[in-house]
Amino acid sequence: MPLGPTRLAIYSLWRREVVRFLRDRTRVMSSLGQPIIFWVLLGAALRNASVTVGDTDMSATTYGEFFFAGTLTMIILFTSIFATITVIEDRMQGFLQGVLVSPVPRSAIALGKIGGGATLALGQALVFMCLAPLAGVPLTLNSFVLAFAVLVMLSLALTGLGFSIAWLMDSTAGYHGIMMVLLLPMWLLSGSMFPVQGAHAILRVVMQLNPMTYALAALRQALYGVESTQVQGLPSPVLAWGVTAGFMLAMFALGAFVVRRRTVRDAT
Amino acid sequence: MGSTAEVAVAARDVSFRYGDNVACDAVSFEVARGTVHAFLGPNGSGKSTLFKILSTAYPLQSGEVTIFGLDLARDVRLVRPTLGVVFQSPALDVKLSVRENLVHGGHLYGMSGATLEARIDETLHQAGLADRGKDRVADLSGGLRRRTELAKGLLPKPRLLLLDEPSTGLDPGARIDLWRFLRSLDQLTVLCTTHLMDEAEDADRVTILRDGRVVADGTPPDLVREIGGLVLELTCADPQALGPRVAERFGVTPQVVDRALRIERDGAHELVAPLMEFLGDEVGRVSLSHPSLEDVYIRKTGHRFWVGDPEN
Repeated sequence: MPLGPTRLAIYSLWRREVVRFLRDRTRVMSSLGQPIIFWVLLGAALRNASVTVGDTDMSATTYGEFFFAGTLTMIILFTSIFATITVIEDRMQGFLQGVLVSPVPRSAIALGKIGGGATLALGQALVFMCLAPLAGVPLTLNSFVLAFAVLVMLSLALTGLGFSIAWLMDSTAGYHGIMMVLLLPMWLLSGSMFPVQGAHAILRVVMQLNPMTYALAALRQALYGVESTQVQGLPSPVLAWGVTAGFMLAMFALGAFVVRRRTVRDAT
Repeated sequence: MGSTAEVAVAARDVSFRYGDNVACDAVSFEVARGTVHAFLGPNGSGKSTLFKILSTAYPLQSGEVTIFGLDLARDVRLVRPTLGVVFQSPALDVKLSVRENLVHGGHLYGMSGATLEARIDETLHQAGLADRGKDRVADLSGGLRRRTELAKGLLPKPRLLLLDEPSTGLDPGARIDLWRFLRSLDQLTVLCTTHLMDEAEDADRVTILRDGRVVADGTPPDLVREIGGLVLELTCADPQALGPRVAERFGVTPQVVDRALRIERDGAHELVAPLMEFLGDEVGRVSLSHPSLEDVYIRKTGHRFWVGDPEN
């Protein structure tokens, strides 16, 4: 059945993101290689470090295993950032102006771009998931499906956030700045590299306000099950999944909101 | 101009500001259906802003515009499918092939499947790109990229084709080809901006802009006819001082333009020898020509086309 005009446009914009990515061999290699290198190096360097969560003895958990979920969210974050940075390039190179004067609704532009970026992020996260047995993470069909669902929500949320920031920026350098002061700390302070419970009181407050903390909690709960000692001290599953879903919807809405208005920047 | 049925675009008192800078100031014009209408002006004249308003890239700040009877401010969703837009800066994805760019462009206008494929074949053929479909845009020359842009603009069979400086990056031969091609398209209304006099002279109607205002509007022959006779130009060191002397001696009304005196009149050629005798060494160069659109511009503004108009 042929798609309606709006869905056709969303599909076309989504497809373009994927095709462009797959054609850029350097981008494919680096975006896959970088988190793997990061995970292997940190896992090796900190292999004797003990992970303590509250009073629970986690000495059986290697840092590589602890950092596995964090690496998954890092992949999602970085891919989302680099996928949405293309919004700025599209604007600078003139491609966007042709899209903006076409009959496509503006929300479709946001959906196509966010969907495309999220697909790339998710694709790479799935490749990395194949390394779960190496990390000692017990992957079952059930845990895989649940983890996949969390990653879908997080991909859409972070791509939506990246898209909204990129839409308002005039330069990729500016976007990199935002990445360093906002997006990277968001990831660092989500329990990806160190548990929330062990952090300084002030940091703990920041981490509890960070929506990524809840996505990471939902991801750990999906991978290990809610009864596991690995997820002790984390927000409850309802809260973790609820905040993650809310984060996704809010970022989607933000993306649709920022593209709404026509301004003189649209044709520069 | 005539009834709504004959008018493709009607604009009344269109103004646009960037902060405190006025880019368009109460611009009014009409474009007849099936004609080629050129907006001629130097950089900074407001023609590109006008183009962006008509293409729906910029919102209409004040004034009224109708395109095929549709209100640009109110019915923008209905206006967009009627337009084919070719921007001055490239709007192609250089990482995709020519055909992929057209497929994407077609999707944005609701075209898909076999209909789209057939239309792409037809458009590529029309634009002389039939054997270039698989080429990546990044590998194309400037002229071929421009043709691809044009093919993308024409793909959804627009009723109004908007071209911003269509000859940018084209050599003279490619420019002639482009206009021959545009002229061959029946029923199409073409509105283009240009800073090239000869391009504007080939249009059915020209609106000349300066500093955001319309200074002249009409068919090129009518505009030129307003001047009448010939244009005589004397380049000299001090045209301000020479002007009154020449006026008194020859009974003409010379116009000072930069470092030259301009005289427009019938039989201006008869003045050449007497003027040279009268002024002797005070004149550096004498030129005599039939009037052109540039002369229309000079007469209306007192400036040469390029002088005094900053790059934007």
